[in-house]
Amino acid sequence: MNRIKQRFESLRQQGRKALVSYVVMGDPAKDVTLPVMHALVENGTDIIELGIPFSDPNAEGPVIQKAHERALEHGSSLRDALALVKQFRETDSDTPVLLMGYTNPIERMGYDTFIENAVDAGVDAVLTVDLPPEEAEEFNEHLKQANMENIFLLAPTSSPSRQKKVTDMAGGFIYYVSLKGVTGAGNLDVNSVKENVTSIRALTDLPVCVGFGIKDGASARAVADLSDGVVVGSVLVNQIAALAEQGETNPATYAEAVSVIIAEIREALDKNTLDK
Amino acid sequence: MSSNPKSSNSAVDFNQVPDTRGHFGPYGGRFVSETLIYALDELEALYRKLKDDPEFQAQFDYDLAHYVGRPSPLYFAERWTKETGGAQLYLKREDLNHTGAHKINNTIGQALLAKHTGKKRVIAETGAGQHGVATATVAARLGLECHVFMGEEDIHRQSLNVYRMKLLGAEVIPVTSGSKTLKDAMNEAMRDWVTNVDNTFYIIGTCAGPHPYPELVRNFQSVIGREARQQSLTQAGKLPDALVACVGGGSNAIGLFHPFLEDESVAMYGVEAGGFGLDTGKHAAPLNDGIPGVLHGNRTYLMEDENGQIIETHSISAGLDYPGVGPEHSWLKDVGRVNYVTIDDDEAMAAFRNLTKVEGIMPALESSHAVAYAEKLAREMDPDQMIIVNLSGRGDKDILTVAEIDGITV
Ligand SMILES: Cc1ncc(COP(=O)(O)O)c(C=O)c1O
Repeated sequence: MNRIKQRFESLRQQGRKALVSYVVMGDPAKDVTLPVMHALVENGTDIIELGIPFSDPNAEGPVIQKAHERALEHGSSLRDALALVKQFRETDSDTPVLLMGYTNPIERMGYDTFIENAVDAGVDAVLTVDLPPEEAEEFNEHLKQANMENIFLLAPTSSPSRQKKVTDMAGGFIYYVSLKGVTGAGNLDVNSVKENVTSIRALTDLPVCVGFGIKDGASARAVADLSDGVVVGSVLVNQIAALAEQGETNPATYAEAVSVIIAEIREALDKNTLDK
Repeated sequence: MSSNPKSSNSAVDFNQVPDTRGHFGPYGGRFVSETLIYALDELEALYRKLKDDPEFQAQFDYDLAHYVGRPSPLYFAERWTKETGGAQLYLKREDLNHTGAHKINNTIGQALLAKHTGKKRVIAETGAGQHGVATATVAARLGLECHVFMGEEDIHRQSLNVYRMKLLGAEVIPVTSGSKTLKDAMNEAMRDWVTNVDNTFYIIGTCAGPHPYPELVRNFQSVIGREARQQSLTQAGKLPDALVACVGGGSNAIGLFHPFLEDESVAMYGVEAGGFGLDTGKHAAPLNDGIPGVLHGNRTYLMEDENGQIIETHSISAGLDYPGVGPEHSWLKDVGRVNYVTIDDDEAMAAFRNLTKVEGIMPALESSHAVAYAEKLAREMDPDQMIIVNLSGRGDKDILTVAEIDGITV
């Protein structure tokens, strides 16, 4: 069974919410990401979402955009991301890993080569931000054959017919984008999240995780109540940026910093379910 | 010089593209994040409704005639023809349009669409600043709030246009990400649009971007080719033998070419920016030295590295300094209907100076690429043959760049 399915299954049994943590591969240096990934898991991350650096990440806000630039400065690539996951798997064979990126680097490598290498490395799912279902048919076929999940975004602007089209093709979980805008923007509108998650759930049995705009334990709790889990990205990347700006080069320092953030969110998520 | 590819396409139906999903063969499409799908669906529905609406068309034609000053002349450049030697050189004078370039044809059309949506804010990306000026102009006329995204590098190169936009009431937002040029301005405009989609209409300046933009921009710009075809028949009594236009994103070129695509006797040449030379890698010629990929919402030929990262381009002209190209051009290249060639910085500069001296017409540095190629082509053709060059814009905006090359402070 795919690790993502397994993870949601066991979370469901424990009555817990999923915590998905996003960092950009190679930000700010290649040797930082592996210890960061392990630290994320040790502090309660259920699924690692690894951003693949791209020169033109136009769905990202300034925070994550700069992370892509930092990673590209020393040439981090899709190839490096795959090698990194393989290395991660040497000591962690349970935690699902999702690659999030843009279409062009994957197409450049070629769908077949990419998927072959991704399977070999132990990648469980792919989220291609700029590949909506209309353009994803071929890629989706390839992924299915390799038993890899194709994760899709749904947005507040997605119409009901759109929600249907996306959920029909989606695997793993539905990533609901809680606000109009790029990553890291604005504040959450809990009511709108509730309404949309309800209508998505009527269409699919897949778990629904909510991302964009989750800043801390409190905001994570607020949306976790309405969904199956949360995605945390910009807060982590912000912290990494702050250290990078100070010229920090010790990977352990980055790992400690993300640990603090994730531990707080994990605690809030678990407390939330106990309170209920 | 490349041979004329005109005869290889008898089975291709040029009016069947794009298909309903915006595909030109394998190119085009809609490669955007989910948040934008709704806005693009809405835009497409509106355009489908208005496209053949006589009232909308009449308004568009009225604005082009009375505000832009169309039709633009098809001018026989007699002295330039004589000096060059060879085919007769005609200039389609888009430089005489209000605001000085072809860009306004498209912004008039998109602004009319914006008006129908009731949105009060328009945004645009710009490279040379011509599209930014054309957008700021129609926004001023319609009383819309206007934000123009422009790479920091281009703000420096095109400072005159930056000031024009400000005078027109637009806010020019410097873009400091990536290579700080047109592609990054487009990223930033897309980010803004995702965030402000409820009240904002995005006026894209070239025939690229996600469906339906390439189709819509082509159709608005096709007034150039429709006029040129008619003028050619009236003034010369025949169709031209060749068309030449520069290709940045490709809007002035597709506007000229499209109405002629089925005229098999008409050869077409799209001129990309050769920058420091094709073999240096420092250019902006994806159709000559790129491969198909996905950027800015469509699949098309791109300049990228072996990891699929988009690489920085170089051209002396800001308006051609773009690593992609409109998807219809990628398709026209593959089906062999249009020849895509390059002209480097030095050749473009020489053509700029020459046309200015010989005809008293100062071309934009973008258009100078077409002018330079037309000279080469004319010399290989007979004196009874005829070439139409799209003079997509006037060169006033480039005076500071040229002065800098000459070592003069203006
Ligand atoms: C005068 C002029 N010509 C050509 C271009 C290139 O754009 P396109 O290839 O879309 O016509 C520009 C772009 O700024 C321009 O200002």
